[in-house]
Amino acid sequence: MKFIDEYRDPALVAGFLNHISSAAKRLARPVTIMEICGSHTYAIGRFGIRKLLPDSIRLISGPGCPVCVTSARDVELALYLASQPNVIFATFGDMLRVPGTGGDSLQKKRAEGADVRVVSSADECIGMALSHPQKEVVMMGIGFETTAPTIAAVVTACRKKAINNFSVFSVHKIVPPAISALLADLQLNIDGFLCPGHVSTMIGAEAYRMIADAGLAAAITGFEPVDIVEGIWLILQQIENRQTDVAIQYSRGVRPEGNVRAMALLESVFEITDASWRGLGVIPQSGLVMRAEFAAFDALKKFAIPDIHSQDIPGCGCGDILRGIKLPHDCPLFRKVCTPVNPVGPCMVSSEGTCSAYYKYY
Amino acid sequence: MKHDKILLEHGGGGLLSHDLIAQLFVPRFRNPYLERLEDSAVLNVDHRKFCFTTDSYVVSPAFFPGGNIGSLAVCGTVNDLAVCGGNPLFLSCGVIVEEGFPMASLETICDTMAEKAAQAGVQIVTGDTKVVARGAADGIFINTSGIGVIEYPSPLSVKSISPGDVIIVNGTLGDHGAAVIAAREKLSLSSDLLSDTAPLNGLIAGILQVSPHVHCMRDATRGGLGAILAEIAQAAQMRIDIDEKNMPIQDNVRGICEILGFDPLYLANEGKIVVFCAESDARTVLQTMQQHPYGRNAALIGRVGSSTPGRVVLKTIIGGERMIDLPTGELVPRIC
Repeated sequence: MKFIDEYRDPALVAGFLNHISSAAKRLARPVTIMEICGSHTYAIGRFGIRKLLPDSIRLISGPGCPVCVTSARDVELALYLASQPNVIFATFGDMLRVPGTGGDSLQKKRAEGADVRVVSSADECIGMALSHPQKEVVMMGIGFETTAPTIAAVVTACRKKAINNFSVFSVHKIVPPAISALLADLQLNIDGFLCPGHVSTMIGAEAYRMIADAGLAAAITGFEPVDIVEGIWLILQQIENRQTDVAIQYSRGVRPEGNVRAMALLESVFEITDASWRGLGVIPQSGLVMRAEFAAFDALKKFAIPDIHSQDIPGCGCGDILRGIKLPHDCPLFRKVCTPVNPVGPCMVSSEGTCSAYYKYY
Repeated sequence: MKHDKILLEHGGGGLLSHDLIAQLFVPRFRNPYLERLEDSAVLNVDHRKFCFTTDSYVVSPAFFPGGNIGSLAVCGTVNDLAVCGGNPLFLSCGVIVEEGFPMASLETICDTMAEKAAQAGVQIVTGDTKVVARGAADGIFINTSGIGVIEYPSPLSVKSISPGDVIIVNGTLGDHGAAVIAAREKLSLSSDLLSDTAPLNGLIAGILQVSPHVHCMRDATRGGLGAILAEIAQAAQMRIDIDEKNMPIQDNVRGICEILGFDPLYLANEGKIVVFCAESDARTVLQTMQQHPYGRNAALIGRVGSSTPGRVVLKTIIGGERMIDLPTGELVPRIC
């Protein structure tokens, strides 16, 4: 299929793997590369890339799965909002099975009668709000800089069309502050980052400058096998040449300045605030909340939110796994208590989650 | 974890469905016929072998490109009989219809059922109709049961699979699932997607006529090829190796999967069977399939091995490896 098969060409992949293998030999030391984005984790598993790399190249997964980094409190808030009378709670499918503090999930709330609907795109909410004027449609706004502009577009459209029964519960986060937090973490032992292709189409390449400044390699990489092995090779080249930079492997999607219009739309609806990430704690200036002028579309303003009890799940290793300090196999719950059917932590729920990818593919 | 309420996922054909069957139904209904847990029960009556099966159809939307709930209700049950080696003869038809359902739609559905039954050479010999109040069902649900006679001498069963067997499918994978998803999501970009719903008893009879060493057959419906292979590897305690580059998948199905994040291996089929046969029969089975209208894109996709029993390993397009497990989560509900 055009525009897919070219990026899955076994011969091209083999060529890059040869380069990687020679570079690994010359380096003659272990190299650890973190893929920040959950879609990379998924693709690496789906195409079986890890096994094709030399033993000295280790890939670890970072905090780039939006569902996985959603804090326990935000999960509880979602469950609370979904249970309110007269609410249609719209969400991307990955959130359905994320367990809350008491073991509840949106899936279970739905079985108990809550109107929880899975959408593939936020703009489905517009039709939903129009056809259910007596109900409030609450969309769970989750995701990074790629998803937030689409939610912003829907909010803007609703304001224009005077649709008043739609609101957003925003747990959106932005990527660069999380990388800065990782760079500041002394426990981490990382040589380079595979930077997320899709997010970078929005924020551009310069947003990752702090990685190169910290002396680590970075390559903004696409999600097909050829992309990923080329990205790894670019990182190894930087390490070999002792010249760190932000390389753009995903040049068919990413411009240095990013998508200025989409980012302007995002900024018109959202403002930056401190946010709590599962595993990473509160990261300053890393979350998106709705601006005051959009309060009419802010679920947290429209509903009276009570004190909500939440706590991280005891024994769950998601926190350390999201920081790349542990692998799923190091977690005592992995495969024993925590499985895709009964996920204990969010990294097992999302198809982009590290634990889910490891469970499925290794 | 024990669930105190039924979740949609319990009906998804994945791990939770499996658990529900193994932990709730089988222990209560236990008998040797049921315990085989194949697509049909194989019954011995007066030294003759019959197969008997039942299936309920709740697909949403009831009409989709390439078919409707009626074509599924006939073909699905016919195929469940045929993969057990049976020659399907008689079907029942139970209809649960919601108050207010358009009469013209019901007529179309029944016309389709009659047409598919004629094509498959089966008769619908008994039926039942229930009308429920608006809201108590979503339009229309259909249950069909079927009976067939088994003539093939050796038993077609997971238990007959042996190391060295080859695995053959009769055509492109995921067509039905992709067509229903496209109809549901109203994706105008994939207007050429058609469900593969078809009665396969003719194709299967042809295979059984020429191949004495067919060991097992399954129709790869809910959960797709991935779920069927994972189930079989577990039940047979064999290893299954499949090769991604040999998987017949249409470009439009791949396209919709790329956009929506589905894996075509786990998308439902309604006109696809997976055949396990001895390697010596591989060429004959393939050729027989390819000469049949429902088998033109047949392909040999994998082999059975004996190391690491219970595992299904896919060799990826770039030469990597990944595991194929039972699907979890609510992949696509109400696909059939």
